Amino acid sequence: MINARVTVTLKNGVLDPQGKAIEGALGALGFDGIGHVRQGKVFDLQIETADKAKAEAEVKAMCEKLLANTVIENYTISLA
Amino acid sequence: MKSAVVQLPGLNRDRDMIAALTNISGKAPVTIWQTETDIPDVDLIVIPGGFSYGDYLRCGAIAARMPVMQAIKAKAAAGVKVLGVCNGFQILVEAGLLPGALMRNASLKFVCKEIKLEVVNANTDFSRAYEQGQIIRCPVAHHDGNYFADAETLQTIEDNGQVVFRYAAGTNPNGSVNDIAGIVNARGNVLGMMPHPENLIEAAHGGSDGRGLFASALDVIAA
Repeated sequence: MINARVTVTLKNGVLDPQGKAIEGALGALGFDGIGHVRQGKVFDLQIETADKAKAEAEVKAMCEKLLANTVIENYTISLA
Repeated sequence: MKSAVVQLPGLNRDRDMIAALTNISGKAPVTIWQTETDIPDVDLIVIPGGFSYGDYLRCGAIAARMPVMQAIKAKAAAGVKVLGVCNGFQILVEAGLLPGALMRNASLKFVCKEIKLEVVNANTDFSRAYEQGQIIRCPVAHHDGNYFADAETLQTIEDNGQVVFRYAAGTNPNGSVNDIAGIVNARGNVLGMMPHPENLIEAAHGGSDGRGLFASALDVIAA
């Protein structure tokens, strides 16, 4: 069993109204000196294989086909 | 002229769409369930609005990958007209039938109100019943209608006249880039739009500005 974590974030230059709202809320709580806040998504998946290369290729295909919208989002994969 | 309306779990504007198509074409559309891959022979396929799959993951993302969408892609490639309204528009961009993406409204609020649309290209199969530059009324009801495309894509769709409807000055409800409310694909047979023309087609709705869109899509087929 291989555990994979996929992190999906908005590409640079894509407006993130939710990140902006969180940025404002953090400021309102008194946290000073915050740069930009960007919101993303995390997916934890279990892949039933011992073959890391195969798992990585499969998760990459999942990202391209469903987990990320590559028009607006980037993704990174980490395996453990 | 035959039409079809797609039904998926969570879509809730299908009845309004069926009523509008029936009213304007005089013929009830056939309905297509999400698992169907053998789509009947029709001239116009409509994906209505709603919240398919609860808007999980991203609006329209899961619906866009259901078997029926593969069949719709094949029909679109064969020249059949496809119209996606609201969630239907989100499904079309997620399915790759239209460029760009629809993101959370800039205000972060669900907007449900009437806005004004400018018909910026009246030379399409979906808009020829309108005058070029005509301003029409249309309701919107969505949380994720903020159209985005990268600079290069935007330039391409603007240059090709693929932007069919823009929110008229001062009425952009969601922060869409270039006030984009509705676009067609390069071939011109697939239109996606956030506003709901099916909800403004008769006096009981308070107006009939939405009729032109259906009259265009259905008349052209009849011709």
